[in-house]
Amino acid sequence: MLSRVANHIYWLGRYLERAENYARFIDVNFNLMQDLPVDMKEQWMPLVAATGDLELYNQHNDGFDSKKVLFFLAFDERNPNSILSTVRSARENARIIRENLSKETWEKSNELYYMLLEGVEKKIWKKEDPRAFFEKVKNQILLLYGIADSSLARTEGWYFRQLGQFLERADKTSRILDVKYHILLPSEDEIGTPLDFLHWMALLKSVTAFNTYRRVYGNIAPASVVEFLVMNKYFPRSIYYCIKEAESCLHHISGNSEGGFNNSAERAIGELRSKLEFGDVGEIIAYGLHEYLDELQIKINSISNCINSNYFIIRDNFSSQSTPQE
Amino acid sequence: MKTEGYKSGEHYDEMFTPEGKTRAHYLEFSETLKKTTAKKMHHLQFSANQTQRSMGMTFNVYHDNQGLEKILHLDIIPRIIPNEEWRKLEAGLKQRTNALNMFLQDIYNERKILKDGIVPSDLILKSKDYLEACVGLTPPKGIWCHITGTDLVKAKDGEYYILEDNLRCPSGVSYMLESREIIKRAYPQLFYKRGVMPVSNYPAKLLRMLQNLSDKPKPVVGVLTPGIYNSAYYEHSYLALQMGVELVSGVDLIVENKIVYMQTTQGLQQIDVLYRRIDDTFLDPLTFNPDSMLGVPGLFEAYKAGNIALANAPGTGVADDKAVYAYVPKIIKYYLNEEPILNNVPTYLCREEADRQYVLDHIDELVVKETNAAGGYGMLIGPKATKEEHDKFRELIKGNPTNYIAQPTLSLSTVPTLTEDGIEGRHVDLRPYILYGQEIEVIPGALTRVALKKGSLVVNSSQGGGSKDTWVLY
Repeated sequence: MLSRVANHIYWLGRYLERAENYARFIDVNFNLMQDLPVDMKEQWMPLVAATGDLELYNQHNDGFDSKKVLFFLAFDERNPNSILSTVRSARENARIIRENLSKETWEKSNELYYMLLEGVEKKIWKKEDPRAFFEKVKNQILLLYGIADSSLARTEGWYFRQLGQFLERADKTSRILDVKYHILLPSEDEIGTPLDFLHWMALLKSVTAFNTYRRVYGNIAPASVVEFLVMNKYFPRSIYYCIKEAESCLHHISGNSEGGFNNSAERAIGELRSKLEFGDVGEIIAYGLHEYLDELQIKINSISNCINSNYFIIRDNFSSQSTPQE
Repeated sequence: MKTEGYKSGEHYDEMFTPEGKTRAHYLEFSETLKKTTAKKMHHLQFSANQTQRSMGMTFNVYHDNQGLEKILHLDIIPRIIPNEEWRKLEAGLKQRTNALNMFLQDIYNERKILKDGIVPSDLILKSKDYLEACVGLTPPKGIWCHITGTDLVKAKDGEYYILEDNLRCPSGVSYMLESREIIKRAYPQLFYKRGVMPVSNYPAKLLRMLQNLSDKPKPVVGVLTPGIYNSAYYEHSYLALQMGVELVSGVDLIVENKIVYMQTTQGLQQIDVLYRRIDDTFLDPLTFNPDSMLGVPGLFEAYKAGNIALANAPGTGVADDKAVYAYVPKIIKYYLNEEPILNNVPTYLCREEADRQYVLDHIDELVVKETNAAGGYGMLIGPKATKEEHDKFRELIKGNPTNYIAQPTLSLSTVPTLTEDGIEGRHVDLRPYILYGQEIEVIPGALTRVALKKGSLVVNSSQGGGSKDTWVLY
């Protein structure tokens, strides 16, 4: 497959996953707020922090009322990670390589883009209850995944998209865990209160982990939540699971069936995977969860850079060079 | 929906006779139309628009504040062509393509037609579209114009006239294909009942034609696009998808030892045939325009060495020049010793003194065109222009006569079209597609472009034109 095309497919996977995560984050946070006491409403700051764009937010906004945050996270074109921006980038990547997508996959990403434009037109962020809109966005992306899953051949293109999707998902799970964990942790005296429970539930729901978590661990305890979201072997949004899947994608791409590694990307991801596989939650917390997750995010970035240099960089037959996406 | 009160005016109408009777080949459609309410028709139109949008059937327009991507409006009333009429068109187009291909081979090699004085030498050899680099070259299988999209109109007399031979990668074929899919959904029964010749195998035919250019058993084929900002990008990716070949841009290709390679995730892979949608002079900065960032350095050398086939062959542009157009009937007679089957529009060449004087004297009756412009730009429609515009063009012609030709204003035929005020006639042209592979084949369908503005004769998509599905009946 053309290197340029592989690059676009990879980023298509990442942007779609990012958009879907944001839509769910917003939905869950809305739910949470309905359950909180009146004086604790409007808990939007942590969510903005989790996206890593707090600084950008503060440049353009004063305070964290829901309308402002919603606009910033979903519709603000100045925010390169807003749903509108990522959906536009996803569609742009899809448009460039649409001969490599099935007709339906392209059409769904195109419709998704128009869905967002319609959201802007209808000023969804001003609505009292905008959840139906985000539900629709989420479902559209899931529909797209479903169509791709049942219609695309498992050739290189498929694995590059999956690779992007799983790396992005690992990153997002680590970010939401990082932020929420630190907001939740200081309230030790509140452990076991209904309020505390609501917050942990919201965190788990943000990554669709609530039911599975309950089945595996029963009670909510911070260390168990960390263990589940970082190291669970079967849950498709745990960091370990995502990294393991991404590693397998890389092996499919290079044709490596022997284990070990064939190139720098495989080496870096294999190392990270085994660290997660053989890690211990007690050690992670003793080391400092924030530091641990921070390092993990840096590793994911460096894996992405390795993938870029192994597969996407093309020899310049002129003098111009394309700028990498992020 | 009612069509009483429909006025075909003084133009030829494809559906109604001047007396208001429905022409035979539109009878079945007319029945369906009568049974469909106006509301339903508008609903069908709405669904068609929605489908186009969701398919992303867009073209890019610059200097337009409506945004980069626009949809080419598809009117849901088809343009229908009866079989015998089509047969004549088909024969005429094959004849013309054949002669133009022989003409190209000749002017780049022996130049017999120039030596015999049939076509003036300077018109060809001094044309900016005559590529010096192609002199002495014979492209693979001797084919120059692999894909042609000839523009025709039907005049008051009910006869077709050739307007332009588009020999440089004509666009629009994706609209022919996608529009058919949409219109089939609008009138499913009609397709069963009346029988319309299919166009859907075009991509397969195109691929076979391209593969035919290489002697390898399984040649690697690609579509070469200038990129996402090109107005026809949608079509490039559509055709690549439909043919199941790579869509490449200049940066994806690299030439080593006169062999062209694609840069893939698994290293370099040789490519054998390119359906290139980049203009001649942008193909290779080493041979042509050194500023081109779209092409591939070394591509032309690889082409000359026979290591890559290009469709259409570089250099075809010289034969669809608007001044050369005037000589096509002579070209046909010269190479084939046949009378042209299809009419040329009488053309005044401003380079000839007598013609020029006629044009200057009758500019208010004529359409004046720049010989090298496309897309309806650089054009004066005499009867519709102001006195100032007439004067402006007189000066332009005097300043650079070789750059202009003029033709009598043709009355383009009309087809009933759905408008907000009901069904009204709108002017159309016709662009069928011709493939030159092992033999010359005319695809039984076409892009019908329609001038959506009442009374307008400009059908170009960049200037408010739309399209219609074109049915060739069995």
